[in-house]
Amino acid sequence: MMAELGHLALIMALLVALLQAVFPLLGASQGVPVWMAVGRAAGKAQFLLLAISFTCLVASFVNHDFSVRYVAEHSNSALPLYYRISATWGAHEGSMLLWALIMGLWTFAVTWFSRGLSEEFLARVLGVMGLISVGILLFILLTSNPFERLMPSPVDGNDLNPLLQDFGMTIHPPMLYMGYVGLSVAFSFAIAALLGGSLDSAWARWSRPWTLVAWSFLTFGIVMGSWWAYYELGWGGWWFWDPVENASFMPWLVATALIHSLAATEKRGAFKAWTVLLAIFAFSLSLLGTFLVRSGVLTSVHAFASDPKRGLFILMLLAIVVGGSLLLYALRAPTIRDTARYTLLSKENLLLLNNVLLVTAAASILLGTLYPLVLDALKLGKISVGSPYFASVFGPLMTPVFLLAGIAPMFAWREADLGRLFWRIRWIALGSLTLGVATTALFWNLKDIKTLAGLSTAFWLAGSAAFSLWNRVRLRGSAWAGLRSQSLSVYGMTLAHLGIAVFLTGVVLSGGYSEEKVVRLTPGESVALADYAIVLKGVTEVQGPNYVAREGDFRVLRKGRETAELKPQKRIYQVQRNTMTEAAIDPGLTRDLYVALGEPLDQGAWTVRAYYKPFIRWIWLGGLLMMAGGACAAADRRYRIASVARETVISGDLAERGA
Amino acid sequence: MRYRLPLAVFLILIIFLAIGLTLDPREVPSPFIGKPAPEFALPELADSTKTLNPRELKGRVFLLNVWASWCVSCRQEHPVLLDLAKRNIVPLYGLNYKDERTSAQRWLEQFGDPYVASGFDADGRVGINWGVYGVPETFVVDREGVIRYKQTGPLTPEILENKLLPLIRQLQGSPT
Repeated sequence: MMAELGHLALIMALLVALLQAVFPLLGASQGVPVWMAVGRAAGKAQFLLLAISFTCLVASFVNHDFSVRYVAEHSNSALPLYYRISATWGAHEGSMLLWALIMGLWTFAVTWFSRGLSEEFLARVLGVMGLISVGILLFILLTSNPFERLMPSPVDGNDLNPLLQDFGMTIHPPMLYMGYVGLSVAFSFAIAALLGGSLDSAWARWSRPWTLVAWSFLTFGIVMGSWWAYYELGWGGWWFWDPVENASFMPWLVATALIHSLAATEKRGAFKAWTVLLAIFAFSLSLLGTFLVRSGVLTSVHAFASDPKRGLFILMLLAIVVGGSLLLYALRAPTIRDTARYTLLSKENLLLLNNVLLVTAAASILLGTLYPLVLDALKLGKISVGSPYFASVFGPLMTPVFLLAGIAPMFAWREADLGRLFWRIRWIALGSLTLGVATTALFWNLKDIKTLAGLSTAFWLAGSAAFSLWNRVRLRGSAWAGLRSQSLSVYGMTLAHLGIAVFLTGVVLSGGYSEEKVVRLTPGESVALADYAIVLKGVTEVQGPNYVAREGDFRVLRKGRETAELKPQKRIYQVQRNTMTEAAIDPGLTRDLYVALGEPLDQGAWTVRAYYKPFIRWIWLGGLLMMAGGACAAADRRYRIASVARETVISGDLAERGA
Repeated sequence: MRYRLPLAVFLILIIFLAIGLTLDPREVPSPFIGKPAPEFALPELADSTKTLNPRELKGRVFLLNVWASWCVSCRQEHPVLLDLAKRNIVPLYGLNYKDERTSAQRWLEQFGDPYVASGFDADGRVGINWGVYGVPETFVVDREGVIRYKQTGPLTPEILENKLLPLIRQLQGSPT
């Protein structure tokens, strides 16, 4: 019954989404208020129906209903409750339903937080979001129905892929989808503005908090994914330039460009056409990512079960959504007029430069990801593009972005006095270089140019972020009054830019000074790693809920004193007969110790892999700081009092403050 | 005009994606099939004092698998190779392509070593001679030293059972 109820709710959600798409859009173009009002109600109803449908699927998992094909394929009676729930989005069908549910959630949020919007504009936004929902729900119902029954039903299920039986995998997809799908809000705002011809700074101000929230979720999702890959896949790395990782990174880069160009559009009325295009790009890349992952056109480690019918469907959806919006852009953009006047040396132009660099980075990832496919289609042969390409393209593109992120916040809008600016930042620039050289020489190796440059850049970013905050604060009477008078946006920006510094430190130091050892150990023997000794005490057998494992007992010694116990496991999951290596990590702010069991050898010996990874946690810590910065900026008070009437007052005030 | 550029680029992209849907990224024809396997003499990965030379393998059917520690798909295919090596049907040689010696050795220690020996092709020169497009690739070479089949992309149990093994048995059965 549960599955049928879920299926029915899903079909009804599709019908409601159709209403939400058709009536508000028609109403807005014909000027019929009653039709426009349908959007709000339909958006809420759609979310409710999707929530029911999703709950039904979760219930089927919880109740072990193996007559549902999707449950039978991805669950098992021995699977713990917690993973039965997260198994709901562990494979293609369920994760698409999660996508639709989150689309519903964002739609609901737009109906809720939309009091400042004009009815006509809101109707268009909800209409566009409804159209996207229709596409996704049709896709689920026609090609990927999670509620399909399996007759006769099997006695037990096939179990969830052991890689996914993990906390990181539980929250990574929902967070990532919150980001992907959240970009549809900025997209819908842009399309609504193009349709209505109202591309003013009010539109940019409405878009900003939505984009910031979506960007924060996307950042968090990517950080979670990277962290999961680090400890669960046991490869000891944190980023692999896999097509699926690239699929999440491209929208992130474009969304990062978008939050910066939205600032210029809102405060200065600059780059309107460009900002709209970025909003379209960001969501289009999310959809493209979905296509690449689900259609099997690229080979990837994350391969979902691919099906040509699904691929064709998403491609058509992509063609309609992206093609349609770019067509609209081609027709409407020529009428957009930028009102801003600014000189070559101004914050506007630095933001534009940041945008160009970020979009170029996204484009080069797209190129690297699609290059094998394009060559293949042209019958020029088959190649695979790996991390050497991405690493060599990425460094040169990101270095200027990092340097700019330090200086741009101190530039004035309109026109900056370059001489005075350089005079003001001379100590920061000199100081960060000195600190970079000093720390590299003191703790590492001065001949290591990469570390030297990386650390100096990190110091530059941190120093200039603090300096630019101080410059704003000292304008007030006291430090306290100064700190209190700053808007949350300023704190958000400072946090996010500090986040880049922390991230960069982690990348440089863990990349340059990791140690890895693969050794043969019998109980009682130890392996030396940096200034630690890791001793193997013994290996015992452990029984888990749906696996048996052999667990190593390791002690970490530093200068003869025991500092940690590590218990890595080698698990055999009983249903799929998969072997999984669960590494054990002794985390620390300045270093991780990472131990994994390899293969058993003769006489009770094991091959053991041990890593020493300095500062690797800073990579994710930096990501979390960026996320917090985004969330902080989104909470800025002025977005909450956004009303059309006050628009001129607010934007005038902000231009003065130069925030 | 410049406002239409994104649309134009996107339309081209869609065409390529549509063609991409009809293609299997794992299936590749090779101009080298039916030709004698290119000669090489490479230092072995495990021991650089020894050399690996396909001429010395003449008279036997063998597989040459191109791999690298930086190649993600190689990890995916690795269990299939380990399984094949265990079954002792055909000698499997490796061509370690554009890699670093220490990371390649560590990779084999970590994931297991299915190869009789791996040639260490640091600059990829041999790979170019063999027409390597991407890693992993697997070549079937017959007793005369002629390339008879090439698999681009990771081997799967299905491809191994349905394509490679029947061909290998046939080649092993035919008189020299």
